[in-house]
Amino acid sequence: MSVSAAAASAGNVARGAASVSSGATVVSARQLSLTFETNDGPVNALADIDLDVRKGEFVSFIGPSGCGKTTFLRVIADLEKPTSGTISVNGMTPEQARQKRAYGYVFQAAGLFPWRTIERNVTLPLEIMGYSSAEQAERVRRTLELVNLTGFEKKFPWQLSGGMQQRASIARALAFDADLLLMDEPFGALDEIVRDHLNSQLLELWARTNKTICFVTHSIPEAVYLSTKIVVMSPRPGRVTDMIESTLPKDRPLEIRETPEFLEIAHRVREGLRAGHSYED
Amino acid sequence: MRRFAWQSVLALLLCLAGATMLPLADAVTALPFTIARTGAIELLLLGSVVVTMSGVNRLGGAVLLLFTVHIAAFMLLGGIAGNEGAARPSFFCLLAAAWLLAWRLNVVLSRLKLENRGERSLQRLAIPALFGVWILILWEGITRGAGIPFVLLPPPTAIAARFASSLPILGADLVQTVFKAVLAGYVIGCGSGFVVAILADRVPFLRKGMLPIGNLVSALPIIGIAPIMVMWFGFDWQSKAAVVVVMTFFPMLVNTVAGLAASGHMERDLMRTYASSYWQTLFKLRLPAAAPFIFNALKINSTLALIGAIVAEFFGTPIVGMGFRISTEVGRMNIDMVWAEIAVAAVAGSVFYGVVAFVERAVTFWHPSIRGG
Repeated sequence: MSVSAAAASAGNVARGAASVSSGATVVSARQLSLTFETNDGPVNALADIDLDVRKGEFVSFIGPSGCGKTTFLRVIADLEKPTSGTISVNGMTPEQARQKRAYGYVFQAAGLFPWRTIERNVTLPLEIMGYSSAEQAERVRRTLELVNLTGFEKKFPWQLSGGMQQRASIARALAFDADLLLMDEPFGALDEIVRDHLNSQLLELWARTNKTICFVTHSIPEAVYLSTKIVVMSPRPGRVTDMIESTLPKDRPLEIRETPEFLEIAHRVREGLRAGHSYED
Repeated sequence: MRRFAWQSVLALLLCLAGATMLPLADAVTALPFTIARTGAIELLLLGSVVVTMSGVNRLGGAVLLLFTVHIAAFMLLGGIAGNEGAARPSFFCLLAAAWLLAWRLNVVLSRLKLENRGERSLQRLAIPALFGVWILILWEGITRGAGIPFVLLPPPTAIAARFASSLPILGADLVQTVFKAVLAGYVIGCGSGFVVAILADRVPFLRKGMLPIGNLVSALPIIGIAPIMVMWFGFDWQSKAAVVVVMTFFPMLVNTVAGLAASGHMERDLMRTYASSYWQTLFKLRLPAAAPFIFNALKINSTLALIGAIVAEFFGTPIVGMGFRISTEVGRMNIDMVWAEIAVAAVAGSVFYGVVAFVERAVTFWHPSIRGG
């Protein structure tokens, strides 16, 4: 309860750097495995994942396709069920957490409903969760301002650029003040320039709202630039090969990507990817 | 030398050929074409040829052409009325010349680039209207000119005269068939198809059991079920509505089931992350996503329903209804009345379809096929 109360006020209060290591555990996975039964036999999407995500952390999952990073995010979100092992989200099972609307999920594509305006897309979760219409209007105003989409309330998604659509989908995930944000390659389909812009906006938003973010990407610079912790994964079976606590300061201008410190972390990520990645050919 | 449109050149040749073969009709009756009328027709058509050839491709030229060609055409038709079967080749030459000039006019009209929005919408209306009017003019000219027997194909003016003199009967038939049988059957058929589709979606065994049976029902011949429905529901409109229900149920069921599966995985996962209930997901995601499919079914059914009700009336009915009228008037050789009913059915069907399509545009404005890209 105290968590959601803190989150509820988070939108209004700009915060300083959160203490990364001392926060409560939000996601905790122990010996987590998931095997998909396919027509070509079983596929080990996840094998023996041990992982903790603490409150206020920005955790990136990076690895080649098929390493299970999206699957792990979907397990946290209760969109997939693990085959063995345990996982808790806010101290509950993922299903209980989902029923309590503990997280907001941002998909690879914006997935806005074309028959709803941007405003009504953002109110979608609020309608489902039964917020009053005054509350809905207030939250729409606040979250659209947070993602710099004020003035586009009455537009339809197909009238907006891809970057703006993705920002609207982030606003939709923020609208109901879940303190955990799960993002599955949200900027994967966007070009480099838009992506840089959205990355710095996302950092700013994270600093302002003090949310915990789990972020799936396959871009090394993106992972290093955004994260407080980088989880390097490798495929067949999907497993964690390295876990890197970032030494970068919380305040990160885009130029930080030229510093030796940044390049060093990027190098370590690349090494981790290379070690765990056995290309078949 | 500039190139003239082939329609203009051919029309000119036909005008000249017609002039060498005068008179336009054999003088078997009291009112053959007078010299003045024949001369006026020739002059109007030659004038129209000049207009098309002089390159007047602007709005003014088109309007001028509209008048000259159609005055000539109506003078031709007016002259032949009462002289059925007396037309000579020159009559058909001039009729063909007028038709070619109207064709040319339509080509010019469709190429006009208009600035004004009102003028543009007028243009959009004028082109198909001209097309339709010329089908009627040719129909009238050929049936009267060649003296085609009335029972084979009555001229449009005769049908129109019969239409005007039978308005109360046509109105009663329209009410009986469309406003009672078709509308009731359509609403019940589409409504039940929709409800059953949702039930089938909610209850898996219904989906597996219902669809094959629905398929079977849709394959039943209407000629077979119509008399059975008359046995079950009596002679009045209720039995026709029942036939319409049977015909419209399946397209609605199949399309709605397909539409409910049309929403993407990602959108459904999204609703799941909100812990959205079945009904919330249905109303906020799946039904809006299914709307294009549902409207397809509504449009298909709007024409199916009318056909079903009219055919069903062939199998027992009180002495009113469009199908009843068609079947009895055919027996009495009153073919003009049959055509009048066909005209009513065509207009009613088009209006019905148009209303559904209009609502569709308003509801599924977001769909790429309507917003255009």
